[in-house]
This record gives sequence, C-alpha cells and structure tokens, in this order.
Amino acid sequence: MVTIRVQAEPFDIGAELSVLTAGRADIGGVGCFVGTVRDTAGGRRITAMTLEHFPGMTERAMTDIAAEAGRRFALLGCTLIHRVGTLLPGDPIVLVLAASAHRQAALDAAAFLIDWLKTGAPLWKKERFADGTEAWVAAREEDERAAARWSAA
Amino acid sequence: MSGPKLRILYFAWLRERIGTAEEAVALPEGVATVAGLIAWQQSRGEKFAAAFATRTIRCAVNQSFAGLDAPVAAGDEVAFFPPVTGG
Repeated sequence: MVTIRVQAEPFDIGAELSVLTAGRADIGGVGCFVGTVRDTAGGRRITAMTLEHFPGMTERAMTDIAAEAGRRFALLGCTLIHRVGTLLPGDPIVLVLAASAHRQAALDAAAFLIDWLKTGAPLWKKERFADGTEAWVAAREEDERAAARWSAA
Repeated sequence: MSGPKLRILYFAWLRERIGTAEEAVALPEGVATVAGLIAWQQSRGEKFAAAFATRTIRCAVNQSFAGLDAPVAAGDEVAFFPPVTGG
C-alpha cells in the first residue's frame, strides 16, 4: 500500500507503521526516515520554519516518486508524509517508511525516497531567525548530488 | 480578449517579490514555450524583470516539471518557483 499525504498536523509514526504493515506477514522489514527541524542554520539560531507547497502538484510528485521507488526496489508498501505550515525546532517535518521482504531493499528504498523527495517535490522552506528576520532556504548542491547518485540505477 | 486564459502561479520568494500568488492572463502574442513566457515576464516592468532575472527559476506546466522548451498554450496552468527545498 502507498500512502501519500501533505498536512499541517504532526504525524504519528507508530500509527503509520501499523497502517503500513496491518495484515501483512510478507513484510520482513521497514526502513524509516524522519526529518526534523534543526535549531541552527549556517551558525544562526532558528526560531521557526515555514513550509510552502504547491497543492495538488506536491502530492502528484510524491506519488510519482513512490512509483519510481516501486520500480527500483522490491517494495511491499511505502508511506510519504510531508508537513507544511509553520514548524518549530525539534518538530518532525517529513516521514518516509519503506516496507520490503528484506532489510536492504527497505533501507535503500527509504534513502532513495528521501533523496528524491528533497529535490523532486515542490516544497519550499523559509527560516525565521532569532533576530526576527526571515530567509528562504537556498537549494543545496549536496542534495542534488544525493539524488543524482540514484540516477544510474 | 476571448478564449481561455493562461493561469500563472508563483511560489516562495517569487510569489513574495511579484506580490501575487496567482493571475490569469491572455496568452501573450508569439509565446509558445516556457522560454517565451519567461521572456515576456521579463518585459513586464521592473518588478517582474527583477524576479525573472535569475536563471534559477523552475517551472511546471499543468503540474508537471517543465523545461524551457516545453510548450505553453491558452488554458494551461503554468507555475514559476525557485528550486525546491523540501524534505
């Protein structure tokens, strides 16, 4: 089963894991990535982060990314949940769960999904600093490279 | 002007600089691609010229990522935005 959601509310990792694995005895492992808001960026203290998205297209891009993971790995299901709106340091932003019969595919698929999500889904972060100023986060070449390492597969 | 309009969406700092999230315009004469639409945006005065001066703008036509050569027609929804930074 594939679950794709963009939401303002926090997610419950345990509940999502239960939904993904309910009634499935063929799943041997679930790879998990949880992204959270850091309290610093470039040495500056962050007090809040706001995420903007493109309603409709974001879900569509996430669905495409999940489908691509399904073609590349022996996936038995996955969950992609991305939060939007204003979040505070320590808050969870993104959840990736990837289920497979074996650990390698589960862990690889989870890594692939978060790498592609970072570069292939229309979401934008804006950071608010302790001095009250705000700035949009610039795209990182490092993230492009992380996504590109999967291209040869 | 008759016929379906072009729906243009802006996100993140592009939305802030232009001062609107969405507008509907008649397809500008001679515009048939994303590159053509960007050139037209650059001709719309200082605010648009400044916002569209950078090469780092990304585009989606009808909610699919689109390159500079992608076709644009009346009735399409075209979105402009900075490189994505989710995850």
